[in-house]
Amino acid sequence: MTTANDAALTGLSLQAASLELQAGAISSRQLTEACLARIAATDGRVGAFLAVTGERALQQADRSDRRRAAGGALGPLDGVPLAVKDLFLTRGVPTTAGSRILEGFVPPYDATAVTRLEAAGAVLLGKLNLDEFAMGSSNEHSAYRPCRNPWDLTRTPGGSSGGSAAALSARQCFGTLGTDTGGSIRLPASFCGVVGLKPTYGRVSRYGVIAFASSLDQPGPLGRTTWDVAALLGAIAGPDPHDLTCAARPADDYLAALEGGARGLRIGVPREWFGGGLQPEVEARVREALTTYQRLGATLVEISLPHSRYGIAAYYLIATAEASANLARYDGVRFGLRAPGVRALQELYSESREQGFGAEPKRRIMLGTYALSAGYHDAYYLRAQKVRTLIRRDFDAAFGRCDVVAGPVAPGPAFKLGERTGDPLQMYLADIFTITCNLAALPGLSVPCGLARGLPVGLQLVGRPFDEATLLKAARALERELGPAPVPAALEAAP
Amino acid sequence: MTRTVAASDYQVVIGLEVHAQLLTLTKIFCGCSTGFGGAPNSHVCPICLGLPGVLPALNARVVELAVKTGLALGCAIQPVSVFSRKNYFYPDLPKGYQISQYELPICLGGGLAITVDGREKFIRLTRIHMEEDAGKNLHDVAADGSSGVDLNRAGVPLLEIVSEPDLRSADEAVEYLKALRAILLALGVNDGNLEEGSFRCDANVSVMRKGATQYGTRAELKNMNSFRYLKQAVEYEVRRQVALVETGQPVVQETRLYDPARGETRSMRSKEEAHDYRYFPEPDLPPVRVGEALVARMRAEQPELPRARAARYQGSLGLSAQDAGVLVGDGGLADFFDAALSARGGGAEAAKKVANWLIGELSRLANETGLPPRAWKLTPARLAEVLGLLDAGTVNGAGAKLLVEELFRHGGDPAELVRRRGLAQVSDEGAIEAAVDAVLAASPAEVERHRSGKKDLTGFFVGQVMKALKGKGNPGVVNALLKKKLGGG
Repeated sequence: MTTANDAALTGLSLQAASLELQAGAISSRQLTEACLARIAATDGRVGAFLAVTGERALQQADRSDRRRAAGGALGPLDGVPLAVKDLFLTRGVPTTAGSRILEGFVPPYDATAVTRLEAAGAVLLGKLNLDEFAMGSSNEHSAYRPCRNPWDLTRTPGGSSGGSAAALSARQCFGTLGTDTGGSIRLPASFCGVVGLKPTYGRVSRYGVIAFASSLDQPGPLGRTTWDVAALLGAIAGPDPHDLTCAARPADDYLAALEGGARGLRIGVPREWFGGGLQPEVEARVREALTTYQRLGATLVEISLPHSRYGIAAYYLIATAEASANLARYDGVRFGLRAPGVRALQELYSESREQGFGAEPKRRIMLGTYALSAGYHDAYYLRAQKVRTLIRRDFDAAFGRCDVVAGPVAPGPAFKLGERTGDPLQMYLADIFTITCNLAALPGLSVPCGLARGLPVGLQLVGRPFDEATLLKAARALERELGPAPVPAALEAAP
Repeated sequence: MTRTVAASDYQVVIGLEVHAQLLTLTKIFCGCSTGFGGAPNSHVCPICLGLPGVLPALNARVVELAVKTGLALGCAIQPVSVFSRKNYFYPDLPKGYQISQYELPICLGGGLAITVDGREKFIRLTRIHMEEDAGKNLHDVAADGSSGVDLNRAGVPLLEIVSEPDLRSADEAVEYLKALRAILLALGVNDGNLEEGSFRCDANVSVMRKGATQYGTRAELKNMNSFRYLKQAVEYEVRRQVALVETGQPVVQETRLYDPARGETRSMRSKEEAHDYRYFPEPDLPPVRVGEALVARMRAEQPELPRARAARYQGSLGLSAQDAGVLVGDGGLADFFDAALSARGGGAEAAKKVANWLIGELSRLANETGLPPRAWKLTPARLAEVLGLLDAGTVNGAGAKLLVEELFRHGGDPAELVRRRGLAQVSDEGAIEAAVDAVLAASPAEVERHRSGKKDLTGFFVGQVMKALKGKGNPGVVNALLKKKLGGG
């Protein structure tokens, strides 16, 4: 049962909850119980969680409270209830990747990012909904259940980290982790009115995060405020000997740089991101945000990213090629689903994979296998890699003239459930503005910049490699101007 | 027109692909042991099991050993090389792809010399690359007839060493494989065990009419886990292909399995069934960079290679080509030889003696017990002491042989053993003369026959005298005294 007091607690930002804990005004157990109650009251309608680990969370909360009582509190995340996308491996807690093929899989180890959150004292509430293997832009490809947008339960929260954004918007927890391969953190953050950061490729370890497209995947934090996201990034970023693609460079102090303001910031505005399918109301919110930046002392610089128009095409060759190999291990031999009653090897493979994978992973395995096949490899995979280099060069040139690139996250606000499931290409186009950032391995962030037809709109900021601090600082400047993001009303209506 | 199949009308063309397990303590991408023979799936972790979410972390020692091998084989060490994924489904391949190197391997070019029928020939290498081994399927392990998979070997580091198609006969192929094995053994990068599969080879074989410029269609032969099987498989395959060409039938490009029980090769899969491995660069591993410092360090670690060693043995030590070949054929014997000779001192004469003991008596004992030199209880220094006792006349040949066997089996101090076992040679003329007199007195009939010239019984009398002296008589003195007493001969 949710009480008024619980509602006050779950409505806090991570920063505010952390301050309350530090002041001794509340306990981690109180916070955790409030979140669990909120999940119990709302998640039947939202569907953000695939698994809630309440007992485990309360044990972690009690340990945190004991630590604090003994004077050994660990830092801003100690005792704060969080949740992670069900793509992060959690030891002893089933991890599904939103797929039937991993049903029953209980990992024997934790993802590095999970280890780091726990080392920082965080309480983990459970595993968040997602598109199967992070393949999708609406969370509708979850094999278990769709996730709904707390702003309008008939709409998608965006994907693939739909649960990670919806849980924050629904006030079910104080921070989450998602992963972003082509926009999977930024799109749901934009659709749900929260802050989401895709770090530079190599900023956060991928170890223990189920791979979709290895050269593009990047774990990252989502929060209700920029401070929350900065604190989470500080906890999970940094080198990891288990991930050789993770940079050796240590994490920056993102909180220290947060309040630096926008004065003197040069903001690049790519002309290619303001045409075509961009909906007028979304464009209006983005332009208003840019005007706000000017008022705060930033300068706008028109730039061009001429190769971004090839982004979607290149992405769907590279990502699917890598996915076709990454998903080969789900063969029914060692873990997860094994088709019953099968005797022969080929049948074991085909039946387990037929039964275990949904339509979208199958589609992408087919696409990727084709793109890598003898005779097509050079025309597709190799060419896509060349496009990738050109896209990176566009950004390199732009960053000679600006400090961040700004534009929309998506062409429109959250779309209706079922609206695009029959048309994969329309679904893929939701990522048209976010995908280039992954191809160029750059950090990208979505920060709320207002509403369009009553639905949240996100402003996208893209930065130089490993310059997450500037992105967070710029986003913070806008956030301070716009005030706290509004609370969605849909959930508060009687169920 | 009928025509006899004449293999001599054809040129055989062979290239070998060798897979050699590297002698590292841990696997190539995780910290699991590479130890052989553990219970199934006892040397595994999430990484080599290919669990979701794992990433490979490259074992730096693998790169070092690849560079060390490349330098020994004269390859161009590549400053940047790239791992790729080789995609195929098989239960012993946990990830559904093997992490290997494809377009940019760590070593290019190079080669090694072989000698066949006294002629030296240089066999070029195409490349050497690093990759992970697969696991092993175990069939008929369960009562219900289902199969199991043992992943202990999955992720054990391999070097794949690919030759150019420079080999022209089964004998050349065998010599190449032996020479390559000896080099890897000398480098200490591989244990050279064909039976256990830690050193294994595939052979690409084709035939073409002599004088032709275009290679014939090749077959890839697998499953030859001894030098003998390699020779038999290639010879069978050459006969098979020549017979096909002679009767106007096409040779099909395919993979063929050698069956040692039948001594023939059988089709495993044809080109149409061949895998499309869909290679692409491994996104989980950054390119491998080999700096000058690593190359210099591996260059400094280069041992004397077998051919150079054999040349030294023949040159400055005056050993025969055959003896030198036997000594360097296995890294252990040559090391033992060098150490024993160095302890003994001396030049060609001493070398010949040390070599004779190693190739004769000690090889016999090694074969009998199956022990490699490093497992012998006899050390090189002790062998040198035995030879010293022999040269000084303290023991005779028979005594030395007894000593060596005793030391081989149980170890110990040779001089001590001579005393304890009473192996000292008897050179005292008085004692020997007494023994000679006693033997002649006890065998009047033989003495008569010998003196009459009907039969030379010197050998019989020597044997009898030695027997009386318990084998310890000085053979020179025994012979001289017998000759004198029997009145010439």
